[in-house]
Amino acid sequence: MTNKETVEDPEKEKRKIKSVKKMKEIMTNYYIEAKTADQTGKKIAWITSGGPVEPLIVMDVIPVYPENHGAMIGASKMGVDLCEKSEEMGYSRDLCSYARTDIACSPINGGPIGGLPKPDMLICCNNICGTVLKWYEIQARYYDVPLFILDTPFCHTEFSIEAKEYVKKQINEYLKFLEMVCDKQFDYDRMKQVGQLSLKGQRLWQAVLDTTVHQPAPMSAFDAFFHLALIVTLRGTQIVVDYYSSLLDEMRERITSGISAVHNEKYRLLWDNIPIWYRTRWLSEKFASHDACLVADTYTSAWCSSLKYINEGNFLDTMADGYTKIYLNIGVDKMAEHVIEMIDKYNANGIVMHSNRSCKPYSFGQYDILKIVKEKRDIPALVIEADMVDERSFSESQIETRIDAFMEVLKARK
Amino acid sequence: MEILNLFREIANNPNDYVKTWKEENNGKVMGYFCSYTPEEILFAAGALPFRIFGTGGNISMADAHLQAYSCSLVRGALEDALSGKLNFLDGIIFPHTCDSIQRLSDIWRLNIGFGFHMDVVLPVKLNTDSAREYMVNVLKKFKQRFEKELCCEITNENLKASVEKYNRIRTCLKKIYEIKRENPDIISSSNIYAVVKASMVMDRNVLLEKLPRVLDLLEDKKSEVKYTGKRLILAGGICNFPDIYQIIEGSGGAIVWDDTCTGSRYFEGTIDPNGDIIESIAQRYFERHVCPAKHSGLFNRGEHIVRIVKENNAQGVVFLFLKFCDPHAFDYPYIKEMLDKEGIPSMLFEMEDLLSSEGQLKTRCEAFLETL
Repeated sequence: MTNKETVEDPEKEKRKIKSVKKMKEIMTNYYIEAKTADQTGKKIAWITSGGPVEPLIVMDVIPVYPENHGAMIGASKMGVDLCEKSEEMGYSRDLCSYARTDIACSPINGGPIGGLPKPDMLICCNNICGTVLKWYEIQARYYDVPLFILDTPFCHTEFSIEAKEYVKKQINEYLKFLEMVCDKQFDYDRMKQVGQLSLKGQRLWQAVLDTTVHQPAPMSAFDAFFHLALIVTLRGTQIVVDYYSSLLDEMRERITSGISAVHNEKYRLLWDNIPIWYRTRWLSEKFASHDACLVADTYTSAWCSSLKYINEGNFLDTMADGYTKIYLNIGVDKMAEHVIEMIDKYNANGIVMHSNRSCKPYSFGQYDILKIVKEKRDIPALVIEADMVDERSFSESQIETRIDAFMEVLKARK
Repeated sequence: MEILNLFREIANNPNDYVKTWKEENNGKVMGYFCSYTPEEILFAAGALPFRIFGTGGNISMADAHLQAYSCSLVRGALEDALSGKLNFLDGIIFPHTCDSIQRLSDIWRLNIGFGFHMDVVLPVKLNTDSAREYMVNVLKKFKQRFEKELCCEITNENLKASVEKYNRIRTCLKKIYEIKRENPDIISSSNIYAVVKASMVMDRNVLLEKLPRVLDLLEDKKSEVKYTGKRLILAGGICNFPDIYQIIEGSGGAIVWDDTCTGSRYFEGTIDPNGDIIESIAQRYFERHVCPAKHSGLFNRGEHIVRIVKENNAQGVVFLFLKFCDPHAFDYPYIKEMLDKEGIPSMLFEMEDLLSSEGQLKTRCEAFLETL
């Protein structure tokens, strides 16, 4: 299929990001290492996507991300089967499809990689949602392994002093928990190095995302969805730093050589919410057919949103801020401010919101964000009703019609 | 039965009741969500804590703010606020519970023009020392802010008097439940529900006078006649549909105990009125059976439900969830499994709104009760 396309469309080939191959290799190696951990004696921790992974790296624990697993399940279009399986297990169809598919994979080693490696511990940080708490409780019961919960109080309007104290205390409890489960001392010197690598990785990832400020954009949000996996899974390692350095080089070269993600980019759009994993290509092509490029998104940039709060020289102490004040753990008005900043930064002409049945904290409030955005920046908006993994909630014809209508509005404005 | 009519009237029209109360007493009314609201602090300041249920049905204005996949409580409450039905509120309190209430708080803050707005971001974990310390700090700060908003001082005496009254209220409610458990026939669940619901909205001083009268009434009716219907436990979040009780009872069952926010979670546990009262309030939250949006261990909720089935000689469990209530839906499979292992039958019913659910619930309930 790929070869055929190459022959048929050299133009398309030129636009392909070459680093993709390397990225796939890194991810394959990562999963092989994780899946063979029982042979190397390394411990496995399952951790939420917004969770503090750096201490795990310090302890030589391999972090595994059920949410990344969920995304892979969605992208490989295995979501519906696994969702149905979870419903047979008694889980309501209205629950998060990442959680549902991951839970359904456990007893059958299902999914694209035959299930995740069995965890030795579970690390749950509720800075992204309350769902992860329930999900990790379920997996802690299933695997009968210790569960650590990092409770990051929601910042409606502020991160209070008492909340900060609470999170700081829990970070110490977290380190003690790791010492207990791993049966070794926590190496604070190594933490400094890991912290620096984490920040370096985040900065590089932000720099990669920022290349789309250039018009036309050398990559799109759809590319960011793919390349995101590393900052989530291997944050705090040299691998991430090396990979994003080379990806950044490639993006800069593309800018120099005039290679853009979308041929003839005329419209620049901002995406909100988790991708619709099973339709990323379809959506990407659909927008491209209208000369529109999704140049940025609120999702992939969330992994750099703590940059401004973390002090490089004092990573552990500033982690409380960094992990609590992230995009999803703040009030709707603060999120709207962030969206407006992005619109300005990337010079977006329109906004596309995925109203994601699976993710209530990300989706409830979207209408109010749009209201605020429209008051401050006069740009059209499109809301797509769907689900990130469960294809049954995706109506192609309806969404296609809505995208076409939205693009007509945009075209009429230009 | 006159006393029960009073409760029914208030439960049916809480808004009318509270508007009259406000006029007559020139008092402050504080709207709140969830059984994790430290009502005792509000009451100590002389305010009336008013639980918001959402009237349900006809959602139109809330649709501009919330997607259709939010629960009827969240949408209904926002609809009531937007349409002006809750204009009498002087303030609103959002304790942190689930993702939906969390976002409702934001939407409310940005769109509802009346009253002041307070978030009480309690810990999600309720089983560690640092969480307890944090909770105490949050409650202390809440008290200070509340004093500022109301321009009043809440003295230790006020607080002590308040928790003592709440202890009496909770003890009375529990006794009513205990009598019902012994004699399921003597008071209908819809009447019990009316009493509990009214208890969450009415003048607590008046409530304290009236609750013992309910108890007297029930004591008089107590009998030795053994109940012959099916004894059931109701488990879920809030149940704002009194008709449901009639359906269950009409099918030959009786709810002899529950694990709901509008039931036992509201009245379980008393507060030590001696010592640091804020710490005692926190202590109650730490000891009480948790809502599934909170964490206090991996098996607590399942064990609790199995235990109340046994303690109350119940034959089965009816899970009644609001559709789109994530915390309950996530807990359901493991609790059901625990019940199955004990040989305790259960049924699950998810409700969106009553109208579309009534017939279906009746059929399912009858079928379920036949198997017991």
